[in-house]
Amino acid sequence: MSRPDMIKDYQGLAGWSDVGAPVVKSGQLIETNAGWRTLRPVINAEKCVFCLQCYLLCPDGTLVKDSGKLEVDYDYCKGCGICARECGFGAITMEPEED
Amino acid sequence: MSNMTILNARNITNEELFFGHKACAGCGGSLAVRLAMKVIGRRSYVVVPANCMSAVGFMYPAMSFGVSGLCCPFASTAAVLSGITQAARQLGEEDYYVVGFAGDGGTADIGLQALSGAVDRNDRIIYICYDNEAYMNTGVQESGLSPYGTKTTTSPEGAKKHGANPIKKNMFEIVAAHNIGYAATASVGYPQDYINKVARAKAHPGASYIHVMAPCPTGWGAETDVTTQLAREAVDCGLWYLAEYENGEFRLNKNPKEFKPVKDYLTGQGRFRRMREQDFKIVEEQRDAMWAKIRKNWQTA
Repeated sequence: MSRPDMIKDYQGLAGWSDVGAPVVKSGQLIETNAGWRTLRPVINAEKCVFCLQCYLLCPDGTLVKDSGKLEVDYDYCKGCGICARECGFGAITMEPEED
Repeated sequence: MSNMTILNARNITNEELFFGHKACAGCGGSLAVRLAMKVIGRRSYVVVPANCMSAVGFMYPAMSFGVSGLCCPFASTAAVLSGITQAARQLGEEDYYVVGFAGDGGTADIGLQALSGAVDRNDRIIYICYDNEAYMNTGVQESGLSPYGTKTTTSPEGAKKHGANPIKKNMFEIVAAHNIGYAATASVGYPQDYINKVARAKAHPGASYIHVMAPCPTGWGAETDVTTQLAREAVDCGLWYLAEYENGEFRLNKNPKEFKPVKDYLTGQGRFRRMREQDFKIVEEQRDAMWAKIRKNWQTA
């Protein structure tokens, strides 16, 4: 995996004796950031030439290139819009989140 | 440089080692950290002093760094980096990197003496200063790297005076004056240039320093989607420069023939909203003086 998995229903610590100090495992995530978003980036696969400018410039690393095709990780995208602004081919549009 | 593969978006790893953090949407600092971590990789220790990245990356019980990391006192970033380097060496570790991410205040004001000491000892550390030109984490206060006219809570706008007064401290040359092995300036608006500078810092056997311009949409009063564009404009209008210092020589990586107007860059941001024509003139004069010096003394591209 190229990015950490979220721990679903994190139970918290059994007690302070478990840790002794506020220490956690690297890359431990317990919630998503999807709720921050008011606009969502949508990739038009026909216009995308896979130049990966958006991939480099995403502050959250939510553009995924693992499969050889560009995808958005909507669990962690905050909808800042940098990808859409920087895309030289107009392949990414920001669309309002529904509900 | 010739024997190193040039990194680009295609050959950089898919692995995200700074992921799921709680930075504001469009944060330039988190982009700088994310890209640097991709280059430095898993075999590393991260040190973050009091700044946004420690607030958004270490949200107990979440931990956004995919490597070992710790938060250290504000003034001690470089000292802690030195300590970790020594400790890892004593444990017989090889092939590890120690990297610190401090903000502009944590580098140029509060952490300056620790950085100076670590560079003087030439410990094998990578020190990355992400410069958003004020103390953003505590709610935008003026720092030593705030440029002329910046509106912050400690340099407010008013009838007689508005914004920060001094010129930006020249942190890059301060570090270079220590005769450091490798130092560079970069910008998140030029990500490829930045990641390759991080790769060079990684390969350097002694202390290395990178000063990366990372706009903050919250503190700069800009939309979240213009972060990288602002970073690029700052370079294009001559208010920031891409340069390296190695073997006692300064080298300019990008020498713009013509500068874009500073007015377009400044008026795009809420923090310079009170600036008038005479202020733009002062900024331009400062810029021209700086570039005259650079072009006279540095190797240019």
